[in-house]
Amino acid sequence: MKNSIVSLYLIVLALNFSCAQQSENQVDTPSGVPFTEVLFIDGIAIPWGMAFLPDGSMLVTEKSGDLLLVKDGKKTKISNVPAVYDRGQGGLLDIELHPDYSNNGWLYISYASSDGDEKGGNTAIMRAKLKDNSLVNNQLLYKASPNTTKGQHFGSRIQFDNDGYLYFSIGERGERDINPQDITRDGGKIYRLHDDGRVPVDNPFVDATGAKTAIYSYGHRNPQGLAKNPLTGELWDNEHGPRGGDEINIIKKGANYGWPVITYGINYSGTPITDKTAMEGMEQPIHYWVPSIAPSGMAFITSDAYKGYKGSLLVGSLAFQYLERLQLEGDTIIVREKLLPDIGRVRNVKQGPDGLIYVAVEGKGIYKLVPKV
Amino acid sequence: MKTFLLIYFGAVIGLFAFFFQEPERSASIERGREIYGDFCVSCHLEKGEGIINTFPPLANSDYLLQNREESIRGVKYGRQGIMEVNGVKYNNVMTALGLEDQEVADVMNFILNSWGNTSKTIVTVEEVAAVQK
Repeated sequence: MKNSIVSLYLIVLALNFSCAQQSENQVDTPSGVPFTEVLFIDGIAIPWGMAFLPDGSMLVTEKSGDLLLVKDGKKTKISNVPAVYDRGQGGLLDIELHPDYSNNGWLYISYASSDGDEKGGNTAIMRAKLKDNSLVNNQLLYKASPNTTKGQHFGSRIQFDNDGYLYFSIGERGERDINPQDITRDGGKIYRLHDDGRVPVDNPFVDATGAKTAIYSYGHRNPQGLAKNPLTGELWDNEHGPRGGDEINIIKKGANYGWPVITYGINYSGTPITDKTAMEGMEQPIHYWVPSIAPSGMAFITSDAYKGYKGSLLVGSLAFQYLERLQLEGDTIIVREKLLPDIGRVRNVKQGPDGLIYVAVEGKGIYKLVPKV
Repeated sequence: MKTFLLIYFGAVIGLFAFFFQEPERSASIERGREIYGDFCVSCHLEKGEGIINTFPPLANSDYLLQNREESIRGVKYGRQGIMEVNGVKYNNVMTALGLEDQEVADVMNFILNSWGNTSKTIVTVEEVAAVQK
């Protein structure tokens, strides 16, 4: 009897340590917030990307393929937008202005495209200019291959850095054992190009045999958030992991982020993917979420508009339908807060040129966080 | 004699239909399993259990099993708004998946015949094609 109690105790103890998953990390619900949310643009089914034009208007992509120009609350559909492969998570995705947009007029769009010989689609990046409510000078800058009919993991966030390089993410397209660890294949990567699509000569894999030379970092799963840290100039991403493996990473040149060799997550079924959470030569996330929040969109708050929020990171949650504020001390997250509880699936978040925060919510539209005075 | 013949031919036709539907049914379920893994599993999870209050369950879902046409419509065109499943209210968005009619039929056959769900009649591509937005 005594022995069986001891062994039972040992079994229970062993169970506690046998799982790669850590105990749930905590998100706080604040008692008061320094803003009121206002539905700024309504009636957009899946607002995916947002860009703020110098005249105060806004460009919004709708996943099924519409690019909308919103001015004074009025929506105008832009013509000559590339045809999109609207399937699963694919469609018309992100939009971003060139850092020198006011002089050169270039805007950058990511989308799922069926260009190519195989059936299906994959992520593409193009640039164009806006003239008389139409896209003109359309130029395809990158198209991942091969196409596949799989519906998941297109990635697609676009971000420029302080030196004017163009970065974008492409997810592993449902082929975790084939794509992310192989630099000769597209998918599961973050890419870097010049603004005109040329591959920079100092990209990390330009001399590697057979490599896709646009690759900047690899071993990603599905990054749907990409933002520039205003203090350091570094790029940060958030990516959808498997169950319990959503991550925030700081993107470094040539680095391997480990998917699917290392992960804090497990299969959706609860079975392990790997027992490894760390390995020599692979980067660690600065944060991972248990349970997964399904992070999409990412923005740093640089404005003084909201008391106590400056320097915080914002991340949308698709699964749990709120906006998460992460308070930082350097690269360490010290507080997590749940804003806009039950607002809907938060697809994107950005700080506008007016210093205010705009939040894209599926099925609703775009909210503006108006500071309380 | 007349009754016998009626029963006899009735049984033959019934078995004929059954045996010929069976391979088609299991092939469709197998194709549906793959679609499920690509398009559905990240929200509805591996055993169709969903996440309570966020993503409705498919396993033993009263909504799914009692609203066949509405469920096909949801998979085909996406859906949004309040729905009640097994006594719990859900208010979320499922985006249009962009599946072909055959793929909608396949994934419906998979979810209607998995995790304890059973459905006597197979969902056909014609049935999916007839469902309008």
